[in-house]
Amino acid sequence: MCRFFPAIVPFSLIKPLSTIMSDINDKIIEYTAKLARVKLESAELGELYPQIKGILDFIGKLEEADTGDIEPTSHILPVNNVFRADEPAQSLPMEDALSGAPRRRGRCFCVPKVIE
Amino acid sequence: MEYEAVIGLEVHVQLNTSTKAFCSCRAEFGMEPNTNVCPVCLGLPGALPVLNRDVLSCAVKVGLALGCSIQKRTKFDRKNYFYPDLPKGYQISQFDMPAALGGEVRIDTPGGDKAIRVKRVHMEEDAGKLMHEDDGSLVDLNRAGVPLLEIVTEPDINSPEEAYAYLTKLKSIVKYLGVSDCDMEKGSLRCDANISLRPKGESRLGTKAELKNMNSFKAVKDALSCEISRQTEILKEGGSVAQETRLWDARQSMTFSMRSKEEAHDYRYFPDPDLTIFLIGDNEIELARAAIPELPQQKAERFIGEFGVSSYEAGILTAEKSDADFAEECFRVFDAADKKPVVNFLIGPLLAEANSRGCGLRGLGITPPGLIELVLLVQKNIISNLVSKSVLKEMIDGKTTAEEIVKTRNLAQISDTSALDGIITRVLAENDKSVQDFRAGKSNAVMFLVGQVMRMSCGKANPKVVKELLERRLSDA
Ligand SMILES: [Zn+2]
Repeated sequence: MCRFFPAIVPFSLIKPLSTIMSDINDKIIEYTAKLARVKLESAELGELYPQIKGILDFIGKLEEADTGDIEPTSHILPVNNVFRADEPAQSLPMEDALSGAPRRRGRCFCVPKVIE
Repeated sequence: MEYEAVIGLEVHVQLNTSTKAFCSCRAEFGMEPNTNVCPVCLGLPGALPVLNRDVLSCAVKVGLALGCSIQKRTKFDRKNYFYPDLPKGYQISQFDMPAALGGEVRIDTPGGDKAIRVKRVHMEEDAGKLMHEDDGSLVDLNRAGVPLLEIVTEPDINSPEEAYAYLTKLKSIVKYLGVSDCDMEKGSLRCDANISLRPKGESRLGTKAELKNMNSFKAVKDALSCEISRQTEILKEGGSVAQETRLWDARQSMTFSMRSKEEAHDYRYFPDPDLTIFLIGDNEIELARAAIPELPQQKAERFIGEFGVSSYEAGILTAEKSDADFAEECFRVFDAADKKPVVNFLIGPLLAEANSRGCGLRGLGITPPGLIELVLLVQKNIISNLVSKSVLKEMIDGKTTAEEIVKTRNLAQISDTSALDGIITRVLAENDKSVQDFRAGKSNAVMFLVGQVMRMSCGKANPKVVKELLERRLSDA
């Protein structure tokens, strides 16, 4: 999970990076785990805290760089405008599409009921 | 205390591209469940989305038509949440760099023309469809990944009627562009509303409720009216409105709180690393601008100037592009400078027939020259207005021309005084009381007598001629 951590930090918490650095605590880790539907035992929480803090501190070094003259990057690859034409291609056969589903009913995926 | 409603609308328009937004599956409806799916729209690991070029050009077109500024750089973000209709665990959407920003839609209000500002237009993908059964929910992902445009207004709308007018105008514009069929019943246009109240004159916004589950423009209007009453009552009693999502129940005409144990949504938007940035050049913007047809507003203004129609009539005639084109062809076929007789026909009997048959003007199967032939028969006093309506019905059903119907059914109006004299003599003899009334000074009585002559002539007498003849006969004696 740690490898993906930067991707699941609540966006609202990302902006002031330096604030999270000092603020990161068990509560934020618990909340993030909850949003990601990851169940954590309290022992795991204790283990994760220093790891996550380590990652954030490491990334926090970026704050020290002077980026005043640099244009913001939105993607690491120097490519843009990658399109495809609006032309249909073969979709997956339905049986293949459903083959990985733990539960199916007829032609549909079946999941635990989401409304009463 | 008097309160003012502050309303913002979020409209989702489903684009009518052949394929989905990020994969080559067909974006077709009514297919067997889970047949238009592939690794990309199923969210299988390792699959990579690639943007459909037409989705971006539709967004640019809509942005331009709404007077927005098209953003030179636009990117996609992941909106994260868990729900079974969203196989990836996130929706590809746009967060801080949408395709277009800051436009407006002009609407007619009782107080005059009003601009509703458009905050942003962004691209995103649709989710799948859920069907709930007793012991589980079924998921069909054919719709997952179908392209949508989200069009968000500023909170500039102040009444349910304005919301209705905005939706009608927006739909008209989007349909003119040909990028969506905007059918709310089919779900190709969806609308959520944010509504709060504040004391009149106050500039600060009150606490807003979000309304969902409205599946027609009328439902949006009704739900907003109902929510205004509910919030007014709460505020008048000194209470405070809860910030929550409420669902409209059309059957009970009420909104209900969508109780949710979930904490406020935290979508944790972040740039989608699978999709690189899109740069929109001036050249592409100009190409898109050139491809935009004349829009309802401009067309209405031209109709007013060119054909002398009123702004009300122009509004009706230009709401649907195909109707507007039909009307324009009719105006061109009709030689006279005064187009009033044609306008009356179009927005009177013709539109009524089209509405009752659930089609557009052209769907009635009458050509513009065919319609003008009918209008001219009335103009030349060959048939009465009344008869023209039944001829119109026959033209639609029987697919023959107006002149043919008038000839075979012998409907030509009788303006010949000698032919009318006999009927008038009989009517005067049979309605002595009305004759006495008229002579006693009740000038209205003549209209009753005209009606009797019309009845006896099976609607074929020319009422103007009849009235003149009657008045002459009554004052002669
Ligand atoms: Zn697909």
